[in-house]
Amino acid sequence: MTVPSGVLVVGASVGGLAVVESLRRDGYAGALTLLGAERHPPYDRPPLSKKVLSGALEPDRTRLRPDAALAQLNATVLLGDPAVHLDAPARAVVTAAGRRLTAEAIVIATGLEPRRLPGQLPWPGVHVLRTVDDAVALRADLLAATQVVVVGDGVLGTEAAATARGMGLTVTLVGPQATPLASQLGPRIGGYLAELHARQGVQLRLGAAVEGLVGDDQRVRGVRLAGGEVLPADVVVVAIGSRPAIGWLANSGLQLADGIVCDSRCRAAEGIYAVGDVAWWHHEGLGTGLRLENRSNAVEQGAAVAANILGKDRPYAPVPFFWTDQYDVKIQVHGFATPGAEVALVEGSPELGQFVALYGSGGKVTGVLGWNMVKQTRMHRQHVVEGTDWSRVDSLRAS
Amino acid sequence: MRIIVDVEKCCGAGQCVLLAPKVFDQRDDGIVVLLDESPAPELHKAVREAACVCPGAAIRLEEQA
Repeated sequence: MTVPSGVLVVGASVGGLAVVESLRRDGYAGALTLLGAERHPPYDRPPLSKKVLSGALEPDRTRLRPDAALAQLNATVLLGDPAVHLDAPARAVVTAAGRRLTAEAIVIATGLEPRRLPGQLPWPGVHVLRTVDDAVALRADLLAATQVVVVGDGVLGTEAAATARGMGLTVTLVGPQATPLASQLGPRIGGYLAELHARQGVQLRLGAAVEGLVGDDQRVRGVRLAGGEVLPADVVVVAIGSRPAIGWLANSGLQLADGIVCDSRCRAAEGIYAVGDVAWWHHEGLGTGLRLENRSNAVEQGAAVAANILGKDRPYAPVPFFWTDQYDVKIQVHGFATPGAEVALVEGSPELGQFVALYGSGGKVTGVLGWNMVKQTRMHRQHVVEGTDWSRVDSLRAS
Repeated sequence: MRIIVDVEKCCGAGQCVLLAPKVFDQRDDGIVVLLDESPAPELHKAVREAACVCPGAAIRLEEQA
């Protein structure tokens, strides 16, 4: 395999930037193009639902690199121009502005699009939260609001609820699951999260189905639940998950499922790779395909793809990491905290407001979750790396 | 190489400590502690990787040519 003469990266968020930076760090001297749909230079999304929404961090401070650092990459950066078509055999991308870009290697890092409620209208007061522009618009609306309903019981919904509560608003969180984050962390930790939000004064409507939004000719006025009850709101945050941004890849020749289907090298076709939230790849360590929606994965996968473009031919098999900050609680997860797994507390206790939990399935430790116990969580990560036998869990408990 | 950390952006992941424990540590609340702002050349590769993967984009490097 020869090193390509040029690389086109479609998607100028953290994953796309990681590809460009990793290629240059590894000594790549060919032509690089970074194409972004948004008008903003690469910026960081995790703070949007937390410090940017609360006002603790100015939106500009989410920028990932200053202009000088971007210039040093010696890449052509094209912003505000979404890709609209890929011709995989020709390795050509067409953009909304009519550009036709070709390169010997193409990396797709177009991320996610937020899901919307069926029939969701662009009513004033209704928000999704994916981009920095979304965050600025939501913050402006929250500052003038008194009652917020967050639809969605996942990471984004709970973070938005926590931030809005911290701004002094009346907050209701609605979701279909028995606890927040049940599908990410299981019912036990989800239960602790429900208690945390209830203690902070969030009204929880768990196990509730949303039928739609209600409003008048001016703005949204509430959220209607199945059964007819209306939760009044002057602002509604719709955080019901996302889907991979792959609509533009129809008729591209690539295999699409829940994301862009890739092999263990994150390769979707000859000379075409995918990185980050949009990539569904074969994880050799797990023996299965998966797609991860978190920031750390975007960067690590970007570095892995850069290495593979340069001929390393390495499988990408990470120990995933994600975190969420809600009120004064920091939750960190290394590995896989699947809902059906066994859970054992090995440090601290929920009553103390800090603990470490190990997750196990198939007789091995598969994940570690820390709740306000940062260092201890990091130390237990090694059990995930090694796949420590679950029967040893009792002996790992701090005395 | 000079390292600048932004504690306001630090999210306490500890990825930097995993990669370069001689250069980075964490407080009990997870916030980064810079042990060595001008590390020796043999540590530069690990520090560059730490800056790249930092989930809070809180590590900035100034490198002299």
